[in-house]
Amino acid sequence: MLPESLQSYEDAASLAAALPLSIVTGKHAFGELTLEIESDQIVSALRHGKTTGKYMRLSSITAVDRYPAEPRFEVVYHLHSISRNVRLRLKSRLSGTNPEIDSATAVYLSANWYEREVFDLFGINFRNHPDLRRIMMPEDWEGHPLRKDYPKTGQRV
Amino acid sequence: MGDVLTVNPVVPAEGENGEALPYQPRRMVLNMGPQHPSTHGVLRLKLELDGETVLKAEPDIGYLHTGIEKEFESKTWQQAVTLTDRIDYLSNLANNFCYALAVERLLGIEIPPMAQWMRVMLVELSRLNSHLVWLGTHSLDIGAMSTFLYCMREREEILKIFEMFSGQRMMTSYIRIGGLALEPPRGWHARISKFIRTFPSKVDEYEDLLTNNRIWIGRTRGVGVMTVEDMLELGVTGPMLRAGGLKYDNRKENPHSSYEVFDFEIPTQTASDVYARYQVRVEEMRQSARIVSQALAGMPGGAWKADAPHVVLPDRDKMKTEMEALIYHFKIVTEGFRVPEGEVYQIVESPRGELGYYIVSDGTSKPYRVFVHGPSFGNLQATNCMVQGTMLADVIASIGSMDFVLGDSDR
Repeated sequence: MLPESLQSYEDAASLAAALPLSIVTGKHAFGELTLEIESDQIVSALRHGKTTGKYMRLSSITAVDRYPAEPRFEVVYHLHSISRNVRLRLKSRLSGTNPEIDSATAVYLSANWYEREVFDLFGINFRNHPDLRRIMMPEDWEGHPLRKDYPKTGQRV
Repeated sequence: MGDVLTVNPVVPAEGENGEALPYQPRRMVLNMGPQHPSTHGVLRLKLELDGETVLKAEPDIGYLHTGIEKEFESKTWQQAVTLTDRIDYLSNLANNFCYALAVERLLGIEIPPMAQWMRVMLVELSRLNSHLVWLGTHSLDIGAMSTFLYCMREREEILKIFEMFSGQRMMTSYIRIGGLALEPPRGWHARISKFIRTFPSKVDEYEDLLTNNRIWIGRTRGVGVMTVEDMLELGVTGPMLRAGGLKYDNRKENPHSSYEVFDFEIPTQTASDVYARYQVRVEEMRQSARIVSQALAGMPGGAWKADAPHVVLPDRDKMKTEMEALIYHFKIVTEGFRVPEGEVYQIVESPRGELGYYIVSDGTSKPYRVFVHGPSFGNLQATNCMVQGTMLADVIASIGSMDFVLGDSDR
């Protein structure tokens, strides 16, 4: 549900009207609007942002590991509308066991490499991604370095 | 040029009875890089060719991945400034700047005007530095060697200015959370004035060598064309977008750190080819020189670091005479400062495009997560769109016009 305090924000209200079940929560802090979206609704929410909100650019996709909390991962999407000069952050939480979310490449082509990076460094799987393989680490690498339980130093045994 | 990986068997032009067969592309996969000199670092391109025509170009990045984002999580907030230098090693100050702005927003501290202006001036000098290296190496790739020597001459002077300020030529770490690292050195004003007074005439010299040069025009005009729609869809930002006619610059659209008081133009072109990108960047150099001149003329006086004793180290003499200052000094040096919980996505206009720092704090003295959105990463994604269907020799000109830094995309 969209918090009462965010009803005055056009993007939040329009998304809440179009996809009422998609918004988990939201906040406006440091001058930035963040909406948390149900993970199975993320592609519809992005498409709504692109068509209705004129968010023509996907600025970036990244993830945050909240280990050992559950749901463990946050996938973070930063959208940017050049014509309106505003930015919007969408978020989805994923569980630590078998994290999976739909790929945003159907909406934004530039999602391709960002999702490959998140897949590589966090081990989050993107369904329907056209070319999901490692981008930073070598192809035969084991583990996902940006996970919080991945040590920074030490010998592989 | 590289190793030939696979060659399909030659398709005969004539059939068994001597009749002409329809033309079949003879597909060849050519590996270019990661040690190829014109890929400016360690970019690897997998090119699929038909003769000299590029059917597909697949960039392969990650050869310079150093785990900087992981490293951030084990440094204190102020220590992490040194990591930002190493991301985009041609515009270190833009990275220092963006990181410092992001953390300052989380901390809610106000930066005094003198430090803001000084930051703007140094970031613009670093834009000049970056554009000079780009122009020098890009023209060298295409065959104009003298421009390279001219550009390095001015770049050397900028690096000496950085050295004067911070003691370092490249890894400056001069813009810190809460202001600047050190008081500006004695004689900085005269040094930069001397440089910036002659700089516009140096840009004229580069233009004399290239702008109307027939070989340069022949190699760059109509090469590497992309539409604005494609660029937006593929995540391209910065001078490439402006060379396509989209007038968008974060310094104007979302002014930060006193950019709103400076008078400068955002150059644009419409051709969206390699030549247009050259024109945009050359004009940006002139505009950056204008900003630096204005900063020199109107530099406000006052403090060069914020009045935030829990974040900024106290002056040396205060530390030795006042107890509070000594306590703050001890706290900051031993455990660093705590940053309130929250997340920000700070954008600045780096010489290559939109540079973003997404910083998550959990309220401790170390960053919980720092994500760096380097403009080169987005720009490189468009490689295939730009070179598909062009000649192999134009690939060099096209990727050169992107002005990527692999440290910026691989992190």
